[in-house]
Amino acid sequence: MSEQMTGAQSLVKSLEAAGAEDIFGIPGGAILPAYDPLMDSKIRHILVRHEQGAGHAAQGYAAATGKVGVCMATSGPGATNLVTPLADANMDSVPMVAITGQVGAAMIGTDAFQEADIRGITMPVTKHSFLITDPAEIPLRVAEAFHLASSGRPGPVLVDVTKSALQATTTYRWPSELHLPGYRPVTRPHAKQIREAARLMLEAKKPVLYVGGGTIRSRAHRELLQLATLTGIPVVTTLMARGAFPDSHPQHLGMPGMHGTVAANAGLQKSDLLISLGARFDDRVTGNLDSFAPNAKVIHADIDPAEIGKNRYADVPIVGDVREVLTDLIAVLTAEKEAGKEGDYEGWVAFVAGIKKAYPLGYETPVEGLSPQYVIERLGKISGEDTIFTAGVGQHQMWAAQFIGYEHPNTWINSGGLGTMGFSVPAAMGAKVGCPDSTVWSIDGDGCFQMTNQELATCAIEGIPVKVAIINNDNLGMVRQWQTLFYEERYSNTNLQSHGQPKRIPDFPKLAESMGCVGLACDSAEDVDSTIEKAMEINDMPVVVDFRVNKDAMVWPMVPAGASNDEIQYARDLAPEFDEDDL
Amino acid sequence: MSIQPVKTGGKHTLSVLVENKPGVLARVAALFSRRGFNIESLAVGPTEHDEVSRMTVVVNLENTPLEQVTKQLNKLVEVIKIVELEPESRVQRALMLVKITATTETRSQVLDTIQLFRAKVVDVSTDTVVVQLAGNTGKLNDFLRVIEPFGIRELSQSGMVGMGRGSRSISERSLRSVAVPAPPSAV
Repeated sequence: MSEQMTGAQSLVKSLEAAGAEDIFGIPGGAILPAYDPLMDSKIRHILVRHEQGAGHAAQGYAAATGKVGVCMATSGPGATNLVTPLADANMDSVPMVAITGQVGAAMIGTDAFQEADIRGITMPVTKHSFLITDPAEIPLRVAEAFHLASSGRPGPVLVDVTKSALQATTTYRWPSELHLPGYRPVTRPHAKQIREAARLMLEAKKPVLYVGGGTIRSRAHRELLQLATLTGIPVVTTLMARGAFPDSHPQHLGMPGMHGTVAANAGLQKSDLLISLGARFDDRVTGNLDSFAPNAKVIHADIDPAEIGKNRYADVPIVGDVREVLTDLIAVLTAEKEAGKEGDYEGWVAFVAGIKKAYPLGYETPVEGLSPQYVIERLGKISGEDTIFTAGVGQHQMWAAQFIGYEHPNTWINSGGLGTMGFSVPAAMGAKVGCPDSTVWSIDGDGCFQMTNQELATCAIEGIPVKVAIINNDNLGMVRQWQTLFYEERYSNTNLQSHGQPKRIPDFPKLAESMGCVGLACDSAEDVDSTIEKAMEINDMPVVVDFRVNKDAMVWPMVPAGASNDEIQYARDLAPEFDEDDL
Repeated sequence: MSIQPVKTGGKHTLSVLVENKPGVLARVAALFSRRGFNIESLAVGPTEHDEVSRMTVVVNLENTPLEQVTKQLNKLVEVIKIVELEPESRVQRALMLVKITATTETRSQVLDTIQLFRAKVVDVSTDTVVVQLAGNTGKLNDFLRVIEPFGIRELSQSGMVGMGRGSRSISERSLRSVAVPAPPSAV
């Protein structure tokens, strides 16, 4: 099955063959040859306004659908604008392929117009990358890129193609097999390790299932629910794993970490066995590592062997896909149960349930102004459990992780590892393209929104009716919170408004309207429900709601950076008390 | 809690088989830099297989476990195999060229020293000799210490190369290519 064609045609045909249905991108000089055959392709190309938007959209698309997200940009600045999304996807294990144009092969190294060594620049932030100068390689490299991006621990792969390769005549032949001698991800866990893990689980008195984003990427939510139900072991879900386990489930202690629940953090700290599933002991979860879960043994299951033992010693390392690990664990533990062997966690379950009851997530309603937590809570309630939420980074992100109940995987999409402000709007655009029948709400801060809102023009023009809730406190809220707590309320460069003038700049509803969206505003608690309902009724164009909220609201609970999780503050200057005698 | 001994600290020599493709060296070097691992010596060259290159990397680790270095290296798609060459079961050599001052007064002494180390003179001028010496770090350093008083004009040294002793080969089993089926064409 080989045909003569240009490299550009071969590239588009290869992308089709790899299963790409939607691409986010912007054309430019070096990638221009590829855009010509793309016009005749069944692939939908969404012309974004900024390459960073293309990258985050591909991430949102991938996170919502589980498919590989694809973005495309030209050489030089087009490619460098993709660096942030690539780094973001690398941190959060998002399957993504970025196609970039490169200057002609003969021009490489001459500092040609719009030349940038994008493969060199992105080496530390991609799973792998290719530079194609020979057009005959295009189908093979595209096939390899999609295989690498989506298998093992997913991640971003960059394919840089020279303009000369795109313009040359070549033969198209889709490969039947791939030779990657150095790439052999282990998905099947070792039976001995599974038995050892099961033994520890049966012996433990205070186990916790520490669930990370890998559980979502491996689509293991059903198996997780099955294991949790089988064993009765309490569950915590990290920021990247929100939705992997239903928030409504009584065994769920919530999110652990810096802004996690008291119950989730206490559960980890007091535990005698952590069963880590696709989590990586990130500093935002563990706090001070030396005092993290000091009495716990660790079963660490991850598809990436380098994560095991990286931050915390693993008593039982298990290299494998979380879903396969869970399936095998369930089989062993079911057999044990039938043989009459079960873990005894009764006292422990009662203890953590007590903490969960004593220290629920909450917030104080401010005397004046609108409570941001209330807005987010209502968004979750009104829009329903099938809604996909995306978030930027900061206070609004934490509140969205805390006050929305997630019942399903892939309904919570955010920038966890890299913490990229501006992620929300383009990610929502990508999620909506991937899941056109789902309601997609972008929850964003006013700081974040001003970094990437230009993609609303794309959404309006391309018919991608996302909904955006700006949690507008006129400030870089999370930074301001740290200034309140750790810098004696010296608010250096966190106020985004003109000082002393009453007029808000920009006027978000007007900005939204100028980009072809519906702009709404809300500044009182009484109007929150009706405003959200109004936004929910608009399904033929994007809607932006400017929720003008109280700037002094803070994210609680909080473990100060670098502190031990034992030092968690339930609210300002309020440490929870545990009665350890109950254990 | 059973804590297994974790190898940290000090020098370790790693033999790394990599695909012979452009950019592999940059990738390995970038990884060491990004993860904060110190490379003490690096040598790259061809192997008995055209498609495979071999790197010998001497890493000097302070607090990082060696396991973390090898695991991170293994994540590079083009890295095929990594073996630590343990001191007791390896041979290890670097090549050094030294330009030494050797005037008529000192020449015979210099030549005596060279002979003691079984080094080889590869170039001679009126007041210098260029000497070639192969050996492990200890031998090379010893030579330099002894020859230093005569005057070292120039020094050039290769990275360390090494291999395991005995009849086993690190490339025997690892280089059998395992093909994975490509995703079927969607069109």
